[in-house]
Amino acid sequence: MSDNAEKCKGIWVVIEHRHGETAKVSLELLGEGRGLADKLGTNVNAILIGENVTAMAEELIGYGADKVIIADDPVCKHYRTEVYTDIISERALRENPEIIFFGATCIGRDLAPRVSARLNTGCMSDCTKLDIDEENGHLVATKPFFGRDLMTDIICPVRRPQIATIRPGVIELKSLDRQRHGKVVFSNVSLKEEDIKVKVVDTISTVSDIFPLELADKVVAGGMGVGDKDGFEMLRELAALLGAVVGATNLPVDEGWISEDNKIGQTGKTIRPRLYIGCGISGAVQHSAGMIDSEVIVAINNDPDADIFKFADYGIVGDINEIIPAIIKELKKQKNSERDLNQIL
Amino acid sequence: MNIVVCIKQVPETYDIGWDKKTGSLLRQGSSAILNPVDKHVIEAAIQLREGHGGFITAISMGPDQAEEALREALGMGVDRAILLSDRVFAGADTLATSYALSSAIKKVDRFDIIICGKESSDGVTGHVGPQVAELLNLPQLTNAMEITIRKNEVLIKQKTEDGYRLLKASFPVLITAEKNINQPRIPSMESIMDAYRDKTVDVWKGEDLNNNTGQFGLKGSPTQSKNIYIRKLEKGTVEILKGEPGVTAKSLIGILKERDLL
Repeated sequence: MSDNAEKCKGIWVVIEHRHGETAKVSLELLGEGRGLADKLGTNVNAILIGENVTAMAEELIGYGADKVIIADDPVCKHYRTEVYTDIISERALRENPEIIFFGATCIGRDLAPRVSARLNTGCMSDCTKLDIDEENGHLVATKPFFGRDLMTDIICPVRRPQIATIRPGVIELKSLDRQRHGKVVFSNVSLKEEDIKVKVVDTISTVSDIFPLELADKVVAGGMGVGDKDGFEMLRELAALLGAVVGATNLPVDEGWISEDNKIGQTGKTIRPRLYIGCGISGAVQHSAGMIDSEVIVAINNDPDADIFKFADYGIVGDINEIIPAIIKELKKQKNSERDLNQIL
Repeated sequence: MNIVVCIKQVPETYDIGWDKKTGSLLRQGSSAILNPVDKHVIEAAIQLREGHGGFITAISMGPDQAEEALREALGMGVDRAILLSDRVFAGADTLATSYALSSAIKKVDRFDIIICGKESSDGVTGHVGPQVAELLNLPQLTNAMEITIRKNEVLIKQKTEDGYRLLKASFPVLITAEKNINQPRIPSMESIMDAYRDKTVDVWKGEDLNNNTGQFGLKGSPTQSKNIYIRKLEKGTVEILKGEPGVTAKSLIGILKERDLL
């Protein structure tokens, strides 16, 4: 839209929410946006679109928004590309933001490129790091090259706004400051339901039994070394004893041993649990880029030269089919003795 | 039911390495293939044609050798193949690519559905579907795990983080497909031979698209890649736990306890 970068002011964060709860990635982005805004000497606006969402504004201010722009209307009840694109773009054309951030979620990945095409500007996707070039004030968005251990910095030097999607979990969440002050303004929604081309017939949640991988405190992940579906059953047993969630590298997902929802890495999820145990995983960048920030990394692999040992904290070299059952056995023994102890007490 | 499919030729990514000693990209052994999800895109188009009749046009932008990807599409059964190949398209980011593709689609007679893959295996941005939809002012239905046509409406099952949504729109529409939408057919030897012997791949240049060529290629690209560097994936030193499985299991649990991770 605008080729005149001078005129553009402000960082916008498009807020994603579900069942009245803000997506964690949106809160991560507010904190990160606030830090970048300091470097630019500008403000952070949260763009909150939905139906009956006004109550969420306070939290957004507490995480870093200076202003919350709310579009609250029945047509916004469900996320729809055209509704969100219209609201964000119309406002952006009037107010000329410098930067717009979206989470690299299903919604963000659907919406950000559409908004970028509407505003005739660039979109930088799946970023893992954000910074401002101090020389010229450009946003520098870092992303991994898929399938290689290379990273690249992407910029959008001329056109504005600079649009980027950022992967959930790569930015550390800042703490909530309930004392922060901010403004709340309302945006009129002129769209009518009959003008909207896409209708949401139904929304079905199928992942209800497990909590998502990206929020897990502990993760047990398996690679090709796990061997087959039964191998993943063994990992599930270990995970259950540890209170962990099971994850996987690309190939077991491609083989159909485990669902796509469990995939960690460049084409999967980014995690930063307190404990990560990698079983039969070589440590190729496609996977490791999604787990490298885990606090404690344990690797079990029969190849002592596997890359994963280069960034693991603890390693066990050997056959996972002997080692994991031994760990399971040991954990059960401990649980039993705890139980016995409880009975005695 | 006239369908346009947008496909892409990609490097077989896993073959490309990085020589840490010389600092150069190792390209040997890296062959070009049809973007994996695009086989599912073509299959989805063919299934719709089988159910509702119609004509399928496959479009790809790329260098001359991208013709190979279109031959593969012809072998699977698309009716027409168009390659956008010209120096003016070179160096395009996703927006400039979407400009070229949407300009080409405008020249295709009439279409009811455009199907793109959810993302390419090399760029993995997933931009082109939504951007083409915007440039053609079409509704977009992304991440489809199923497509159903009902009278004048199309329904899709859209994959989400925690399940799926059922979305409905009327024609024309742009859909992006997930891999699990179908199992692509393996074309017969005969139809592969036909694709190479009897069928043609039309090549369109920038000027054929009747467009402001400043929107194509490097010139039309708002984004640039600045630095490329090796991602350091090395932490400190690893502590290897030694002994029989039973012994290592005990040591590991000891450590986890100590670090309050049990």
